[in-house]
Amino acid sequence: MIVHKTFRRAIQSAAAAAFLATTMLSGLAHAGPTLDKINQRGAIKVGVGTTPGFFAPSSDGKWQGFFVDFGRALSIAVFNTPDKVEFTSSSPQQRLPALQSGEFDILLSGVTVTATRAFKLGFHFGPTVFYDGQGILVRKDLGVTKAADLDGATIGAQSGTTGELNVADFFRKTGKTFTPVTIEDTGQFIDALESGRVDAITQDSSDLVGKRTQLKKPDDYVLLPERLSKEPLAPAIAGGDDRWLELVNWTVNATIQAEEWGITSANVDEFLESEDPAIQRFLGVDPSFAKDLGLDPKWAYNIIKTVGNYGEIYDRNLKPLGWDRGYNSLWTDGGLLYSPPFR
Amino acid sequence: MSDRRVFRAVVPGPPRPGTFGKIRAWWGGWPLGQLAFLAVLALFGWLFVSNVLETMARIGILPGFGFLSSSANFEIGESAIAFRAGDTYLRAIAAGLVNTLKVSLLGCVLATILGVVIGVAGLSRNLLLAGLVRWFIEITRNTPLLLQLFFWMALAKALPAPRQAPALFETVFLTNRGVYIPSLSLEGGPFGLLAAIALAAALGSALLLLLRLAGRLTRRSGTAAITLSLTAILLLLVLSGTRPIVQAPALAGFNIRGGLNLSPEFAALLTGLVVKFSALIAEIVRAGIQSVGTGQWEAARALGLHDGQIIRLVVLPQALRVITPLTTSSYLDLTKDSSLAVAIGFPDLVSIINTTANTTGQSMEALIILIGTFLAINLALSALMNLYNNRVAMRGSTR
Amino acid sequence: MTTASPRLLTTLRTGLFGTRGNTLITVTTLLLLSQILPPLFRWVVLDATFTGDATACTRDGACWAFVTAKLRFILFAFYPSELLWRPTLVILLLAAILTASALPRFWGRPLLIAWPLTILACWLLMQGAFTAAPVPSNQWGGLPVTLFVWAVCFAAATPIAVLLALARRSTLGGLRTFSVLYIELMRGTPMVGILYVAMLILPMALPDALSLDKMLRAIIMITLFWAAYIAEVIRAGLQAIPSGQREAATALGLGYWRIQQLVILPQAFRIVIPGMVNLAIGFLLATSLLAVIGIFDLLNAARASAADPQWLGFYNEAYLVVAVVYFVICFSASRYSRWLEKRLASGGKRP
Repeated sequence: MIVHKTFRRAIQSAAAAAFLATTMLSGLAHAGPTLDKINQRGAIKVGVGTTPGFFAPSSDGKWQGFFVDFGRALSIAVFNTPDKVEFTSSSPQQRLPALQSGEFDILLSGVTVTATRAFKLGFHFGPTVFYDGQGILVRKDLGVTKAADLDGATIGAQSGTTGELNVADFFRKTGKTFTPVTIEDTGQFIDALESGRVDAITQDSSDLVGKRTQLKKPDDYVLLPERLSKEPLAPAIAGGDDRWLELVNWTVNATIQAEEWGITSANVDEFLESEDPAIQRFLGVDPSFAKDLGLDPKWAYNIIKTVGNYGEIYDRNLKPLGWDRGYNSLWTDGGLLYSPPFR
Repeated sequence: MSDRRVFRAVVPGPPRPGTFGKIRAWWGGWPLGQLAFLAVLALFGWLFVSNVLETMARIGILPGFGFLSSSANFEIGESAIAFRAGDTYLRAIAAGLVNTLKVSLLGCVLATILGVVIGVAGLSRNLLLAGLVRWFIEITRNTPLLLQLFFWMALAKALPAPRQAPALFETVFLTNRGVYIPSLSLEGGPFGLLAAIALAAALGSALLLLLRLAGRLTRRSGTAAITLSLTAILLLLVLSGTRPIVQAPALAGFNIRGGLNLSPEFAALLTGLVVKFSALIAEIVRAGIQSVGTGQWEAARALGLHDGQIIRLVVLPQALRVITPLTTSSYLDLTKDSSLAVAIGFPDLVSIINTTANTTGQSMEALIILIGTFLAINLALSALMNLYNNRVAMRGSTR
Repeated sequence: MTTASPRLLTTLRTGLFGTRGNTLITVTTLLLLSQILPPLFRWVVLDATFTGDATACTRDGACWAFVTAKLRFILFAFYPSELLWRPTLVILLLAAILTASALPRFWGRPLLIAWPLTILACWLLMQGAFTAAPVPSNQWGGLPVTLFVWAVCFAAATPIAVLLALARRSTLGGLRTFSVLYIELMRGTPMVGILYVAMLILPMALPDALSLDKMLRAIIMITLFWAAYIAEVIRAGLQAIPSGQREAATALGLGYWRIQQLVILPQAFRIVIPGMVNLAIGFLLATSLLAVIGIFDLLNAARASAADPQWLGFYNEAYLVVAVVYFVICFSASRYSRWLEKRLASGGKRP
């Protein structure tokens, strides 16, 4: 009788195991692209940071900022509405593993494009949306005017950023020494400068400008003129879904191309009358172009109408903080923004 | 039970089971069921691992530990072994491990000392002191360690900046960059301070071991051996022309230079661990001392022993039997909890592993190293404490 | 009153000034307290700011205005503000079931059934089921998350722990070895490491079809982690049951599971309950580690509240508030544990 019972139990557990194993294996077989998951979920999961101007929740909990607008543009490209997107802030230390593990579909948190991240970490990058450089923010009363004066200083960097690596490179190059203090939490990072735990903090200068406004007395701090590195900030996605990558690429390109043509959210409807075949293709007046790409004919129109072109996104979020366009101007204005042709 | 009897009837042969029989007996009843269960677990394990490998392959990461020899391009704020950006990941992880060991070891020693003091103070007949200890223990025990670490960190940061910091006795600086104390180093001799201490310790323990083997180890001979080895090393140092250099910290440029610097992160972590675990150890010590009945005190007093003698000869040997296994687990917990360093930015093993996983993408390998290392530390520490525990228990029972 | 106060006075006098040594200790302690307490009192009350905004607060005293303004955030973090009744209800539900579990008179089968139901209800409430749009778990935060993760993990870990403890005590070599290895592996690993596994490895190890959010992954790993600790406590209880009990039950013709269910486990549980309560207190404090993987538990929410640009840097006030919350819960639980221990010790076998 015992044997009988044992057998019955064994068979039951074997059946359960087999069931679980098949579900897991079938999951493997369906190892599908990110876009499938987005469609299934009905929302894009976007990892962002917290820097005023670039990404910050307003008091009613709605996210806004330069990068956030690109998230909304993506939502329009996929779902035709700007709201099917979930923004979650993630520390620089956690964002890359979180992207790798599929917790986010895309990072719009100011990730720098680097070779290691592309080859070794397996990330793919969309077009650079913001050309930045690493800066150093110091207390004014230290009397420091250039980075080379910081020999022997204590410098804070945020863990998981290129800043942590660049500052080490910079001091190695110049043969000077510094004491690094690596901080993960963004609030603590600012607090370290404020409390005098560190003499200076280093980070993408765009981020530092935003962080400076969060200090109690912003005027007591100054951003040094040097840029320690090139920091092209781009949308980052995990490898393995080419279509998702192209969607990100061309969503960003659409905003740049629209600015080049002078199409804005205000005048986009007038352009529907345009005789230019390229614009007709772009805005879906000629629907066959977008249909061949597998996109909604009105996708670019909707993006421009709702979010605006690159210049509008920039002016809306970054101009109030005193940012010049600088490198982030169209190539026609001597900047680096250049969209490949829509044809 | 019944299963085993069935099994014996099946296997013919000598009454004593052979190797297979022994294994079979150890394996026990329900043999196929057990096998099936373990097989299912193994299947799940295999599925998990193959899924991880699949994911890594899809995003283009090569599994393996080769990354350990590539160069790590970040700096480590404080490290007992020399590390510069550009050294290997292996060296970075070693630096993290040394930091973990440093804070754990110091933490265990200081928490024990403070714990014993507090534990004894808690038994004081003085109401005020006992009450104060009671509240201290309740507050530290009933709030999260992480919160306490944040608190100590905030306190450390609230200290004045180096330029404004007053110097205690001209040489000790309490600043928001850390605590600066004069450092002692040896110069001009054949070896440095650490080497000298290690040499003295080695010589001393060798002598003690010899005495022990010769069966001559008593309190007096032991003290003599220790004194002898200390004098020998000191003599060697003096004869070789070594000068002790005391370097006092002083303000220079941005920071205070010279002397020994305990960073705020290290100080906060150490303080947090010591305070939290001293409360736990205090409770253990109290329980240990109270486990020795009051009758024993009275009997010992009747024998004419004074309080110090009673504690040393009667109470402690018995209390230690209760205290040792419990403190062992406290030490293990302290070592594990030192991993909270990652939350306040002290570069311990966990935070280096974290950065490594982040810059190389080899999270699985990094975590295997992390868990393996902690298991090894834990096993070593338990083995060491078991050794001591056996000694304590034996001494208790032979006397 | 006439008899009581002189006795009190005598106790105080001998307790504080009984001997010369005693007097010395009292004076030293008082001196120490006089150094600590007045500045603390000044910070907490005299120099504190109770109303207004960040600009009204000075650095010399506490800024309780900050607490008033951010209390909602500290308790509930990013949970949508129009749905706050949901997490509030979750807190109440969990408080109710914990209270019921604490009272011996409720111990029994209904309570065992009520637990999974309560947890399910809490999960649905937090998710925003039935009436509202779904609330993704990255918007959960604060006290409900701390309590929920703690309760779920503890409740789910206990059955696993029972099996592990039985396996470790059994004569089945394969299962015993597995149990020993599992328990030692888990107990040798720091919880931070376990949380990293939940954050980094689990998503890669699970098939894509089974993508779980971070909260769920953390709950799974913590459950597996705590099970090892609970198993060791239960094992101690099993060891305390004399073997005669099992032998007697076997003689009555009961099978293994019936013996465990009817004879061994009920007694073992009674023995280990105080130990389990202590474990539960430790676990509640340990949930604060969720901050390390970016989940907004109570402590992390408090920290984030002080990173608000409008109220930057009021960390001490935020920490003090959550310290009080943790302290109240854990202190009363440890008092309860002591009361229960006494009751079980004196009350004999009957509950």
